[in-house]
Order: sequence, then C-alpha cells, then structure tokens
Amino acid sequence: MHNRKFGISTILLHGLLIIGSFIMAMPFIWMILSALKDMSQIFVIPPKWIPDPFVWSNFKDSLAALPFGRAYFNTIYISVIIVVSQLLTCSMAAYAFAKIKFRFRETIFIIFLATMMVPGQVTIIPLYLIMKEINWIDTHLALIVPAALFNAFGVFLLRQFFKSLPHELEEAAIVDGANRWKLYYGIMLPLIKPALGALAIFTFLGQWNNFFYPLIFLNSPDKFTVVLMLNLFRGLYITDWTLLMAGSAIAIVPVLIVYVIGQRYIIEGVTLTGIKG
Amino acid sequence: MNKRSVDNWWGYFFIFPQLVGLLFFSLIPLVGAFTLSMMKWDGFGEKDFIGFGNFIHQFADEEFIIALKNTVYFTMMVVPGGIFSALLVAVALNKVKGKVIYRLIYFAPGVTSTVAVSVVFLWLLNSDFGIINLYLEQWFGIEGPRWLIDTAYVMPSIAILSIWAGLGFNMVIFLAGLQGISTSYYEAAEIDGASHYRKFLHITIPLLSPTTFFIAIMSIIGSFQVFDQSFVLTSGGPAKASYTMVYHIYELAFVDFTFGRSTAAAVLLFIIILTFTLIQMYASKKWVHYGD
Repeated sequence: MHNRKFGISTILLHGLLIIGSFIMAMPFIWMILSALKDMSQIFVIPPKWIPDPFVWSNFKDSLAALPFGRAYFNTIYISVIIVVSQLLTCSMAAYAFAKIKFRFRETIFIIFLATMMVPGQVTIIPLYLIMKEINWIDTHLALIVPAALFNAFGVFLLRQFFKSLPHELEEAAIVDGANRWKLYYGIMLPLIKPALGALAIFTFLGQWNNFFYPLIFLNSPDKFTVVLMLNLFRGLYITDWTLLMAGSAIAIVPVLIVYVIGQRYIIEGVTLTGIKG
Repeated sequence: MNKRSVDNWWGYFFIFPQLVGLLFFSLIPLVGAFTLSMMKWDGFGEKDFIGFGNFIHQFADEEFIIALKNTVYFTMMVVPGGIFSALLVAVALNKVKGKVIYRLIYFAPGVTSTVAVSVVFLWLLNSDFGIINLYLEQWFGIEGPRWLIDTAYVMPSIAILSIWAGLGFNMVIFLAGLQGISTSYYEAAEIDGASHYRKFLHITIPLLSPTTFFIAIMSIIGSFQVFDQSFVLTSGGPAKASYTMVYHIYELAFVDFTFGRSTAAAVLLFIIILTFTLIQMYASKKWVHYGD
C-alpha cells in the first residue's frame, strides 16, 4: 500500500517536471520549427508544429541577408583570445594572491574584490572616452584588451582553488630549487584544471552573449559580433519571422552545444561561486 | 636578495597583467565616472564643474523617475516570481531520478543570449499570431493580452522572459542549499509523523533562508541592470513603459550625448546596487554559523 502511494506520487512528480521541461524548452523548439517553415505556414491558425515542407533555405537566406559568417568569425576569434588571455592572467594573479606573500597583497586583493560590486554601466562611459582618445572605437581591441587584462571574478574564483591546494605540494620542489614560475606553471596550474575549465566556459559564454559593450564600441557591420548582427537583423526584417527565427537559431544553437558538452563545469561553477558569493 | 624581497618581486610579477587591467579598465574609469558626474559636458568642448547639478537634474527629470519606477516594478515581479519558481523546481528535483537531465533542460535558457531569446519572445508574444495568445484562445477561450503593445503588459512580459531565463541559475543555487540541510532534521520529523507539507514549511524553508536571501539580493542586483530585453523587444516603449535605468543611462550618453548626466544616473544606479550588495555581505557574515 505504502509502495503504491509512493509510485503514484513519483509518477505525478515526473509528470509535472516533464511539463516544466517542456515549458522551459518550448521557446527553443518553437524557434527551430519556425525557422524551418515556409512563410505561408507561419500564420496558420491553429498553429502547425511540424514544418511541411522543411524549408532549410531559411538558414541560407538568413546567412546571406547580413554578413553572419563574418560575425561568427569575429565572435569566435574575440572570445578565444579573451578566454586564453584570461586563463593566463587570472591564474597568475590568483596564484600570487593565494600562495605568495608580498607587500600590500591583502589591500590589493580587497580592491579587486571591491570592483566586483561596480556595475559595468558606471565605468562604460569613461571607458568609452578612453577608447575614443586612443582611437580604439569601432575596433575589436576595445572589446578584447579590457576583458583580456581584467576579470576580478576570474581572479577570485581561481584563488579559491589555489588556496585549497596544500602547501606540501610546493615544498619538495622548493627544496629542489624550483623558482616561482615553475611552481605555478609546472605544479599548481595543472591541479586546478576543473576551475580553469569553468572560467573558460563562463568567459566564452559571457563574451558570446555580450551585447552592451559591442553595441557601444562597434559601428561597422563587418566588425559586429553575432548578437549585435542579430539585433541589426531584427531591425531590418521585423515581420519576416522565418528568417528571424533562423537568425536567432544561428546565435543560440552553438551556445547550446557548448553548454551540453560543458554543463558539468558550468553548473559546478555556478554552485561553487554562488555559494561562496 | 632575501626570500622576502624575492617573494615581493614574484608577487608583483604575477599580478602585473591584472593590475594593469584593474588600473586602466576599472579604477581610472571609476574615478572618471565620479568626476564626470559632476561636470556639464556634451562630449565636445569644455567641461564645466557643476557639483551635484547633474544629480539634482536627474531627480527632477521625468524620464529618470519613469525609468526608476519601471525598474523597481520589474524587480518586484522578477524577484518573488524567480524565487518561487526556482524553489519549486529545486525541491521537486532534489531527490528525483534523472535529476541531471532535468537540470540540463531547466538551466539551458540561462546560457543563451538575452538578445537572441528576446527575438524569439518577440514572435512567441506576438499579439495576433504568437503561439501563446493562440493557445490561450484555443485552450482557455481567453483573448490574450497585447503583450508588447499594451503599456500595462510590456513590463510583465519582460519579467516573464527574465524569470524563464534566470530560473536555472537560481535553481542550481537552491539545489546546493538543499544538499546542505542535514537529513537528520527530516528523520526526526518523520518519527513525529510530520507530513511532506509540514516538513517543507518548518524545516526546508527556515533552513534554506540564507540561500533564499542570497538569491533575492543577486536577483535584485541583476534586475536593476535590465537592458537587453527592453532594447530588443520594445525599444523602451510603448510610451516609455519599458524604459529602464540602464536604458536611461544609455540614452543620455549615446543618443543625447549628455555624458555628465548619464554618469550621474549611473552613479545613482551604483549606489542602489551597492546598498543591496552591502546588505548581502553584512547578512552573510551573520549567517555563517546558521546551520551549526
């Protein structure tokens, strides 16, 4: 009797969770299905879910309407440079803050932490003026350089991991006369690979989805990132739903693929940083 | 060189790149923002020092007040709505089989671009042919609201999108919080014959309160910075009904080119966010030993 009741409530729970999953996934499903429809099927009442025929050329037309290929290239190369640079610069700083005693270490670290409280909208205008002064407006440098050289969150995240590594790991190497670079690069860095993975994915997603900074720093469409291009596309093809949904899919699907592959890192990363605050 | 000065040298060597970044892309712009917020400046010509003139102007500026009201309204929908839905899902997921698959699906909207999902919602929420209104009509016989056209519904529309997008993040934090509650509490309650509902109300909710508080503060901070959605869905309209704080900052700077006023508005936003951040920091210090 007790078992049966348990069975029913479990089925009920799964039923609700499946309905919830459908609600969460529905915008993506509808986006893909709409992107594959013919314009004549878009305004059918009641709505038809399955495209008939499948109009794969919508994707081709979207990609041809604006230089999305170029935008892809821009976004990928900008993101990759930023990710690689951050992995190096953040882990270096994090290692020093965790393992080396140097003057004003605590003070400088607190300043790093404090900047995490400053919303980007406060510094964006002076940053814009700096970029204007050095002629970096409408160049990718305006996006790459600040992000490559500064990520307080990344420093904080990696420092937590370095701190959790016991000092004994380094001691043997110190006795052998290894210098700090060898300790950092040869011994400690390989041990925080999961954290580096989390930071890499966070940074990549953040850059791929970034809208505010590219919107302000870039003017020429051939310099645009995917998301910025999609925004331009939206303005030009406002009622052409099949093409717009194909365009959205172009921006969303690669991210979802990265997410599915790296979901463990992402979710563990959120849990870790979320709890540590 | 002795060990100490060697360590000093290495320390600064390692932090050098990020230190340069901190200086040029955070501290100098921050000082610049505070300075600029006290200047009258249109991007060209001379800057005039006007003290708190820009701030006084903002409080008298109807658009700033509208932006503030809309942002607060948005926050008041997203924070309780986001917490309630995420808590519900987290409790349901906590001990269920297939948790990983469900988690994968529920978290997915959070990793996608707000611009791209806003374009999708533009189509979902279309008053005449959007799937939401079509099914409201077909299943419930309700004539759906004119989501993005009606001034009364535009902010709720953006809130729905944001709750949907943020659910996964909040859920994951809640799940971690639930893992932290010792099973001994539930076992003791079961011996006393407590129902699921009572256990939820008298054990889960109170012991989860630091997590809930953390999520609330994070959501408030995030909600005050809402921009992408109203930019893409409605361009701040109709009739400024989705005009938010960050939208206001953006317009003052990059449409009107009143940089002084824009940074003053940004500093005000900063003060609001800072207040909530400090509350969180203060409270989390008090709560460190909550579970012991």
